[in-house]
Amino acid sequence: MLSIKNIHARVEDKEILRGINLEIKAGEVHAIMGPNGSGKSTLSSVLAGREEYEVTEGSVAFLGKDLLDLAPEDRAREGLFLAFQYPVEIPGVSTTNFVKAAVNEKRKYNGEEPLDAVSFLKLMKEKMAMVEIDQSLLSRSINEGFSGGEKKRNEVFQMAMLEPKLAILDETDSGLDIDALRIVANGINELRRPDRAFLVITHYQRLLDYIQPDFVHVLYKGRIVKSGTKELALELEEKGYDFITEQIDLAALSGLQ
Amino acid sequence: MDLTNFKEEWKYTNISSVLEKAYVTAPSEVSAEDLNAFRMPGHHKANELVFVNGRYAPALSQVLSSENELVILPLKEAMNGFFRDLVSSHLNKSADYIKDGVHALNGEYMQEGMFIYVPKGLKPQHPIYMYHVLDGRQAPVMAQPRNLIYADERSRLQLTETYATLGTSDSFCNEVLEIIVAQDAYVEYYKLQNDVAHASQVNTTHISQIGRSYVHTVVISLGGGIVRNNMNLVLDAANNEAHMYGLYLLKGKTHVDNHTLIDNKQPGCFSNQLYKGIADDSSTGVFNGRIMVQPDAQKTNAYQSNKNILLSDNATINAKPQLEIFADDVKCSHGCTVGQLDEEALFYLRARGIPREKAEVLLLQAYAADIVAQIKPMTVRAYVERLILEHLSVG
Repeated sequence: MLSIKNIHARVEDKEILRGINLEIKAGEVHAIMGPNGSGKSTLSSVLAGREEYEVTEGSVAFLGKDLLDLAPEDRAREGLFLAFQYPVEIPGVSTTNFVKAAVNEKRKYNGEEPLDAVSFLKLMKEKMAMVEIDQSLLSRSINEGFSGGEKKRNEVFQMAMLEPKLAILDETDSGLDIDALRIVANGINELRRPDRAFLVITHYQRLLDYIQPDFVHVLYKGRIVKSGTKELALELEEKGYDFITEQIDLAALSGLQ
Repeated sequence: MDLTNFKEEWKYTNISSVLEKAYVTAPSEVSAEDLNAFRMPGHHKANELVFVNGRYAPALSQVLSSENELVILPLKEAMNGFFRDLVSSHLNKSADYIKDGVHALNGEYMQEGMFIYVPKGLKPQHPIYMYHVLDGRQAPVMAQPRNLIYADERSRLQLTETYATLGTSDSFCNEVLEIIVAQDAYVEYYKLQNDVAHASQVNTTHISQIGRSYVHTVVISLGGGIVRNNMNLVLDAANNEAHMYGLYLLKGKTHVDNHTLIDNKQPGCFSNQLYKGIADDSSTGVFNGRIMVQPDAQKTNAYQSNKNILLSDNATINAKPQLEIFADDVKCSHGCTVGQLDEEALFYLRARGIPREKAEVLLLQAYAADIVAQIKPMTVRAYVERLILEHLSVG
């Protein structure tokens, strides 16, 4: 589904991704972990198409298409979804209207008729229940005055509405208390399907207690330095990132000598 | 004419190219059909007053309210009849505030204007729609509408004014509208400017609140050539309340200069002012907001805010707040911002599959929404929402 080959990316003059390789197949859940500043959010930004990141080398194929060649809106309409680490507040645009526009843009892209008001409302009710989000919240301006938990639930709600093929969750667990974390994780688990893949980016292991990953990758200094199964996440939780990063730094040092 | 003052007052707007043209003010053959293209929704239930090249056109107008509810008379008649004293004590008070030749030029046409009177305690069931039609189908045309409105005690008035130029010749509308608001009257005033690029105008809306009363104004500017809006609110009684809103969405070469004045002359008045603008292409938006607080106007509350978005490198915004406070126990605030479209918000919408152009329109509509929401009649608001969507979606 997603094939990342030797991606190098920089923002302004700073190289942040320095050769990332990753293969994600349909139905798989991959977790990317790493210390602060390792490049986790840069990876999600590059995949979603943020313009301030410049890809200097490498390629990304998504369902056979050159992802880097597509505008952000086309990536979304091809089935990529980014749940934002910091969802933006947009005064004056209601979440309901916005989600309706997004759903119908995607349908139009796929040659489908727009949803009528009744079908849209029905779909919305169904997905709202899944993330335990209230209708009154959705009639308000996008994320305006939402609590941290409400913002993240709104992200998962939008994901449910847009039914992506690949969902990237960028630190979706950050800033959540344990109840909100459970609701968000349950919502995500309900969306797991054999034809849908997830890339879960997180600093902590705790989200992975709820969302069991098939693979765990450790990102450090812009490269994936270790890959494994969910046991790797537990090991990281126990020993901290140092047990991996020290080895890497040591190896780099001996390389120099 | 005081030339120094003229220079300062017209600092950001060069009107000479408009004034030096040769205009005719010939009689015109505007038909009801011509007018239909510009009529606003809700017109079946509105008093429609049509002015063609500045002159009242009774044949095109439609007055639904009875004469007991709403008096409409040529100013010339009103000056000499029953309303003589009322007219003579209030007519042309705007000249005390605007001492330039453009305003004086309009004064020569005073005899041709209309007088509108809402009697004490009456609330005409139908709003007033005022259309200014300029017929530029033969030659460049100039119109100088001059009207006086008196909303008497405890009356209620809702007025929407709009402008339309026919044909391809240039038009210049130099309008003076004076509105007197008496004790406990309630006035809503809406101005919609969506004329063509070869239509220029200087208009003066001078509102005097001579008794404790409520005034609510919204000026929406979407089109035109060079447009200068003088909007004066004189709070000439204690505890007056005034709300003044404006929205200018400019593109092409449109130049809109909102020159506002709130003159607090008596104690305890409240005014709130919010003007928002978006300038694209090579357009120019000017906001000159002056608030005067006279020595007697203690306990004044006056708030002013002006916010702008620049969408193009060639667009210009000039913002000039001007507070002149001569009383010591007042609350006044003003703020002004010029920014760009929020790139983070734009990316968020695009990341959900909404194409860039549509995402921009959504954000600009949202930006305009709090001003549009100040238009109280639903028919006019829905009409303005539609005009804004069309305006933002094209090019």
